[in-house]
Parts: sequence; C-alpha cells; structure tokens
Amino acid sequence: MSQPKQFQFKLVLLGESAVGKSSLVLRFVKDQFDDYRESTIGAAFLTQTVTLDDQTTVKFEIWDTAGQERYKSLAPMYYRNANCAVVLYDITSSATLEKARTWIRELQRQADPSIVIALCGNKSDLAARRQVTEEEAKKYAEEEGLMWAETSAKSGEGVSEIFTAIAKKLPLTAPPPSARAGAGRAAGGRGVDLNKQAASQPGQDGCNC
Amino acid sequence: MDEEYDVIVLGTGLTECILSGLLSVEGKKVLHMDRNDYYGGDSASLNLTQLYRKFRPDQEVPTELGRDRDYAVDLVPKFIIASGELTKILVHTDVTRYLEFKQIAGSFVYRDGRISKVPSTEMEAVKSPLMGLFEKRRAKKFFEFLQGWKDDDPATHQGLDLDKDSMRTVYEKFGLEPGTQDFIGHAMALYLDDDYITKPARPTYDRIILYTSSMARYGKSPYIYPLYGLGELPQSFARLSAIYGGTYMLDKQIEQIVTDSDGRFVGVTSAGETVKAKQVIGDPSYFGAGSTAEGGKVRVVEDGKVVRAICILKHPIPNTDDSDSLQIIIPQNQVNRRNDIYIAMVSSTHNVCAKDVYVAIVSTIVETNNPHLEIVPGLNLLGPIHEQFLTVTPLYAPTDSGASDNIFITRSYDATSHFETVVEDVQDVWKRVVGSDLVLKKREVEVQE
Repeated sequence: MSQPKQFQFKLVLLGESAVGKSSLVLRFVKDQFDDYRESTIGAAFLTQTVTLDDQTTVKFEIWDTAGQERYKSLAPMYYRNANCAVVLYDITSSATLEKARTWIRELQRQADPSIVIALCGNKSDLAARRQVTEEEAKKYAEEEGLMWAETSAKSGEGVSEIFTAIAKKLPLTAPPPSARAGAGRAAGGRGVDLNKQAASQPGQDGCNC
Repeated sequence: MDEEYDVIVLGTGLTECILSGLLSVEGKKVLHMDRNDYYGGDSASLNLTQLYRKFRPDQEVPTELGRDRDYAVDLVPKFIIASGELTKILVHTDVTRYLEFKQIAGSFVYRDGRISKVPSTEMEAVKSPLMGLFEKRRAKKFFEFLQGWKDDDPATHQGLDLDKDSMRTVYEKFGLEPGTQDFIGHAMALYLDDDYITKPARPTYDRIILYTSSMARYGKSPYIYPLYGLGELPQSFARLSAIYGGTYMLDKQIEQIVTDSDGRFVGVTSAGETVKAKQVIGDPSYFGAGSTAEGGKVRVVEDGKVVRAICILKHPIPNTDDSDSLQIIIPQNQVNRRNDIYIAMVSSTHNVCAKDVYVAIVSTIVETNNPHLEIVPGLNLLGPIHEQFLTVTPLYAPTDSGASDNIFITRSYDATSHFETVVEDVQDVWKRVVGSDLVLKKREVEVQE
C-alpha cells in the first residue's frame, strides 16, 4: 500500500481588474460570495485542498495580485515558481478577453515553461449580457494549449470543477514540489528558516505561525 | 488619479519598500511609484537583458551566459546578517512567507597576501593560521571578556568601562597584536576604516556580539541571502504594502515635486497629472541627486562615492575551498588604504545565475581620482574575470529632516556589507514621517486554511 500523498502547488490569479479574481477564490476557498466586495485587502495568500482520490490530495497556495496588476506593476516574485495560473476574463466584456491574452503572453514569457494555465470566462450567470462566445474563447485556448472553462463565482457554477481539473493536470509524479511552496517553512538543503530561529531567540516574541 | 493619498513613495528600493509596507500596514493610504519598469531601484537584482541595458546599452546580450531568466544580478553587494535588525523586520512583517533564504558559505579575510577563513567554530579557530598560539590564548581571553560582559555586574568589567574607554584601551588590556586588532575590527566588527579605535568601545562591543551571535545562528558564516537575489526583498515588502491597500505604479517618470509658496509638499506630477498627498518619501534620485541644481532648493548632498565592479566568473574564487558563496574582506592596512575592500560572491546555489557561473562584486569607498585602480587588490583575488561592469556611485544624504516641508528623503546604499544601516535609515525616516519611534507589532496571522 502506498502512503497517502499531499502535493502542494502555487497558483497565481491574473486578469483585468473587476473580472472577479478574488470572488472566484473566495467561492472556491470559503464557498462565499459578496456582491459588493472591495478590492483585495489583507490576504497574503489563501489555501484550499482538493481531494483527487483517497490516496492523493492537492493543496493550492493561491496568490492574489493585491491590485499590483492594475498599473502593470506585478513583481517577478509573483510569477516565480508558480505551478499553475488561472487567467480570468468577464464573459460580458470582450475587452477583458483581450487583456487575458496579454496576461497569457506575460506568463509564457515570465513563468516556468511547464506552468499549467487555465483560461476562465467568469460571470457565466450574466449570460444575457454575453459579449464573448464560448466558441471564440475555446478556440483561442485550444490554439495556445490552455485549459478552458466558464465559471460563476456568484452561483458557484464551474468553480470547484476548474480547480479540480487543474489539480488533475499537474504533474503528480515528481516528488512533492517543496521547490518554493511555503518559502522558509519547507526549506530543504541549506535553506534557513528565519521564523524558527527568531522564535528560539530569547527576549523576542517570535512568530511560529 | 484625482484621489488624495496620505503618503506618496518615490522609488522602490529596499528602504522605500520597507517604509511603504509598514505605512500601509499602519493604515496609511500609500501611492508608490518608480521611474523604472522593475522593482528595486538601486537595490534591484537585474536579469541579463536589464543588466546590459543598464551598463552596455549598445551591446547585444551574449548568448553563452545562458538563459536571461536565470540571472538576478545584484547592483549593491550586501548580505543579511543573521541576527540583525533586517531579520527582525522580515520576521515581524511575515514577508518571510514570500522568501527563501540560504546561508552564505564562508567569510574570509585577506592577510599578508593570502586569504584565510574567518573561524566559525572553536575547531576552526584553533587551526586558523590567522594567529599564533600565544595570540590565540590572548584572543580567547578577549572574547570570553566580551561574552561575559554584563552591564550591571562590575565583576565582569575587569576594570574597563565600555562607554568611556576607547577600543584601543580594550585591545591593549588584552595585549592583542595589530594584526589581531585588524581582524577583529574589520572582519568581525565590520568597520570600514580605523576611526573606531580611538572611540568608546561600546559600539564595537555591540558589533562583535552581533557578528558572533549571527555566526552561532546557522554556522559557517554570519550571513544569509534570499534565493533569486536581493531584489526579492523590496518586492516582498511591496507586496506587503499592496496587500494592505498600497497602490503601485512602475515605469512612471516623475516630472515635478510640487510645493506651495512656503515650500511645503503638495503633490507629484507624472505624465502631466499631479497627484496630491500629505507627505512624500523618496530616494535621493527623485530629489535632484546627480543633476545640476536649477536654482531650486538643494535637497540632497553627496557624501562620498563607492566604486563597485560586478564581475561574472566561470569558476569559484581561488583559495576558498570552492565556496559557492562568500565574503572576503581586505582590511585597509593590508593594502595601504583608509577603507577596506570587500568582495561579495554568490552563485547558482542562490538562483542568481546560470550553473557554473559565479557573480562577485568588488567594492570600496573611493579615495582617489582613479577608483578603478583602487579595487585592483580585490580583482586580483578572483582569477580570470569573464565580464566586468564597473560603477562609481555617489552616496547622497538629505539636507533636511522634512519637518518643515513634508519631504522625506532616504539615503543611498552605503559601502557596508549588510543591511543594518538600511534599517537605521528606515527607523530614522519613519520617526520623521510618523513622529514616533518604529515599533514592530505582530500582525494577524493571515494564511487562511
């Protein structure tokens, strides 16, 4: 019998402001939705675990842009060691698909070549105001070798499905990628953990989160 | 852009990014801008394209150095001293979750024409060729005195007063030879020159304790280094700032710092638009550094120059046991200078260059009109140099505290080998901007499972 395995992956979100990046994550992680959600404040990253079968779980460490995408000011750190990316557009706005194409080019340039990219048409609950057809987006995704789905963070439709599909597509053969995952926590080799060391220093109220 | 901010921060160097992050956490509304299309300003780490664009704009990037994206070449040679103030800020702000650190493998000192390892264990100390047998005994007594010192226990003072007696007096008390004094003052207390010898011993004591406690923390050397280069540090604090609501704009030329008739800060003009804020913080380059004064207020003054040679090597530095990373200090007395020469070297172990490539930076404070000749004793230790990028950088400091005009200017990155003076600048600017001392508070735990 093999041991149950947990794999951890870094997932980054990209897309035009207001396409629903944070809402999608909130739905996935907490199964919540808020119509008047303010721009993301205060979350370094969220985590959620997907169970593939009784032997395998995949834990996503999900990074939000923290608004740094707005003026094209995302740092290389954001893309660094990302195993997968969800690039969102809003099906009621053609312009956001154009923007998604730009982000995908950016990912192909900046991120690891093995990154798994999913293109997501969000706000599928607003199909009456649709500007982007399924065919158009799907065709583009196929050309670029991307996964594709439509989602609604509001209704929840398609949300857990796309994350599960990503989890299935990630390479689960390699040793658990502690490459970066949880920097400082899983540091192997001669990596050093500042938090641990600081906590053991007398006279300091160190953080051992 | 017609919003009004509490603070506009200009430049994304480490100093500015730490301040931006701490101010956003404090609830201030921050707008952070940079003229470059990358983070880090003068403390950035550049990929090959950026490096050549900066130093060799007319030259193609050579393909034989490997993939562009494998490179993160630091512009400023500094390491993080393990028990220092920057480590405390990294831990207290939790930006450690974005970063991974490795040790610097060794710390070396140049003496009588050869390189020796600064001992990191008692065993190494016993074997070290840096001191003779009797001198080792004297040095042992000296270090036992320092480790045993307790301010409130006169029995540990051995008749010395760290706050009144000079460091010379302390050295003489233990009968330490000049070579040992050089080693302690330069390779451990990390002084760049010998001015400390005639001053009270206390700061030197503090620096030696910092060094030895940092050394004890991970072994090998007192230094740690972030994977992917020092440029990760400003990026991680920028992300902290953004997560707490800070707005980021890169690639923005700053045309004007707008002031009212009393000279007080009003706003910043970029692309013809003026954004208003109560206060502005920025690095010297945004406040006239390096440009001729146009009759306006002189806000920064030059305070010396540093020469730095970024050297790409295809081999480890000779006589260092093939260390994958190191610092070499050439004390000034050894080469008849006033200031030490430093070598800082990192490699693919730290994900800053392609495999089998080593990046060494040789630097010192400029003393003559031929700075490129001043670093030759350092360059000579490197073996064949594949490629070299030389800079002579003026160091700027603000002329004014900002109390009267709400303009707060940071200092250039100095010649020291670590970030302690950067943190001092952060604390100083914080106090000037906020009006109270910087107190690091533990934040809420934010990773939500």
